Amino acid sequence: MAQKKLSIRIDGQLISAEEGQTILQAAKANGKYIPTLCALDGLTPVGACRVCLVEVSGVDRLFPACTTPIQDGMSVTTNSPRLTRYRRISVELLLIERNHVCAVCVSNGHCELQSMATAFGINTVEFAYNYPKLSLDTSHPRFVLDHNRCILCTRCVRVCAELEGAHVWDLTSRGIHARIVSEMNEKWGQATSCTSCGKCVQACPTGALAEKGWAVEEMVKNLGTVTTLVHRRGVEV
Amino acid sequence: MKRITIEPVSRIEGHGKITIQLDDKGHVAGTEFHVTQIRGFEKFTEGRPYYEMPGITARICGICPISHLLASSKACDAIMAVRIPPAARKLRELVHCAQIVQSHALSFFYLAAPDLLLGMDSDPATRNVMGVIAQHPELARDGIELRKFGLQVVEVLAHERVHPSWIVPGGVATPLGVQARDRMLSELQPAKAIAERTIKFFKGALDNYKEEISVFGSFPTMYAGLVDGKGNLRLYDGSLRFRSATGEIVEDQIAAEDYKQWIGEASLRESYLKAPFFKPQGFPGGVYRVGPLGRLNAADRCGTPAADAEFREFHERFGVVAHSAFLYHYARLVEIIYALERIEVLLNDPNILDTHVRATAGVNALEGVGMIEAPRGTLIHHYKVNEEGAITWANLIVATGHNNLAIGRSVQQVSEHYIDGTKLTEGMLNHVSAVVRAYDPCLSCSTHADGSPAMTIQLLDVEGELLDEVSN
Repeated sequence: MAQKKLSIRIDGQLISAEEGQTILQAAKANGKYIPTLCALDGLTPVGACRVCLVEVSGVDRLFPACTTPIQDGMSVTTNSPRLTRYRRISVELLLIERNHVCAVCVSNGHCELQSMATAFGINTVEFAYNYPKLSLDTSHPRFVLDHNRCILCTRCVRVCAELEGAHVWDLTSRGIHARIVSEMNEKWGQATSCTSCGKCVQACPTGALAEKGWAVEEMVKNLGTVTTLVHRRGVEV
Repeated sequence: MKRITIEPVSRIEGHGKITIQLDDKGHVAGTEFHVTQIRGFEKFTEGRPYYEMPGITARICGICPISHLLASSKACDAIMAVRIPPAARKLRELVHCAQIVQSHALSFFYLAAPDLLLGMDSDPATRNVMGVIAQHPELARDGIELRKFGLQVVEVLAHERVHPSWIVPGGVATPLGVQARDRMLSELQPAKAIAERTIKFFKGALDNYKEEISVFGSFPTMYAGLVDGKGNLRLYDGSLRFRSATGEIVEDQIAAEDYKQWIGEASLRESYLKAPFFKPQGFPGGVYRVGPLGRLNAADRCGTPAADAEFREFHERFGVVAHSAFLYHYARLVEIIYALERIEVLLNDPNILDTHVRATAGVNALEGVGMIEAPRGTLIHHYKVNEEGAITWANLIVATGHNNLAIGRSVQQVSEHYIDGTKLTEGMLNHVSAVVRAYDPCLSCSTHADGSPAMTIQLLDVEGELLDEVSN
């Protein structure tokens, strides 16, 4: 059965979109760019990073485009000085929260957080760095988890649960104490449900999850493989 | 008692300070050489995966990051227990020689030349690289060209001039192409001509520096450097040799993993820089020197024709073991010739184009040591890892460290020679700084002193009252 069509405006342009779509999906389908970090096409959106914030006419607060469903007659603004400022702050807060030292990172040059910061022209931050002392989990034979570089986007959690079906990853604690954990806070190497498929590594936007053995700048993620697999779900071959 | 402080010591890499204690008659009672910054790399790398160490430790230095990349990668090779492909070994030596050329050119033309060409007592306002450009434009141009050549070879090979990620555990990231090789070869001859011109010029001017040669750290010590099985000078590989002040070989063919049997490290009250010493002779008696002078004293020959001719002349002039720290400048120029000759040999080796340039492995040994000759001397990286490959302990002996005791003694010698009475002159101040400069120390190994520094010597009496002050 065909989806009901809704009429919305994005940046003033009248767009016909399907009921149930998020603002982000409707925008993408119509060639409108909204920056994203935690969103990964095909996975359940969670609105973790706040980079995709948009303005909706008649409402003062901002909405994450990835989790907000469209409504008939909605008018969305994807770009404004206010949005630029809030998006920039969101990325800056990610940068100061943990220890993102691009120069010595395996993902330097191939990092979505770095690209986003560059796109926003962030070369200094207005908040003090937090410099937490965080651990690494090197126990997996092929992969490594570095909490210093994690932005809690939960792509790894979702890709493992929704695509691989293993649900190795989860979040523990709240706020600034939140951490990605494997199984019930076991060492990754001891996680019996992990199939070592590596989808979490490929989906990770930063160097937080990486393959072992790559030197600085060498960890190139293959996001395409993950999104291709996502779209093949339920497709009979 | 009065105390003179020189802070910072200028035209060196990093931040240093000198204090000179005077007695009541204004004679030098004692001197101290301080390295005033702490880096902490050995501590904060604990927990990191070993294969990240080359990239992290390269940040110790912006002048010779290649040295740390190589020593660190060699330590990682040992942890992986791999024999890297022959082409990778050659490419690593090639990029290392290019770095030696650029780093030595920096030391000689940019940092030392203002003293040597414009005079130790010349106007400090122009006693810098800009002054050299104004008064000796040809030589300054040569210096810039030579440094450019070295940096361009680094860039062609490693794709970046500073902190490249090309040198990796197990070898190098990408092979060398024919066009890149030919480009480097085409630019080699002008660089060799500059090196030959410069050493000829320097030798011609040696008579002007008789006083400096006699008092600039001119005292017997041991010397250390890497040599191959035949006693040839080696920069990338080879084993460590110690030669005594009188010329006998004290220890030879010390493998990287055995360094701790021979080298002890003492902590000094006045400095963040540790003082390595030759263990059999204890601390502080086991003073030895490394770097260009240490290497030319330790080796029997260089192993390339033009450098060997210069090596023989050097030792004919100053004996089997040359003891003056002033001769570091001379030795640096000999080594530039050697490095350029090695670049030529390596580029003409057909195997250098081989595409197999990286060995892969996991953790096969829980400990690894990498040792190379950095521009400023023997550099040692020593790591311990757990079975998952995370660093549990690290020890770095950075080249300048080996010279710490000798630099301290040289400062004392120069101070005693040039300082007397209670009136300071700027030239005196500069002589004391210049002997430190001769060693080309890399103190922080990452910060750079400005070309025209704010250097201050203060003369204080017992109560701390300022008697005299000189700054430039």
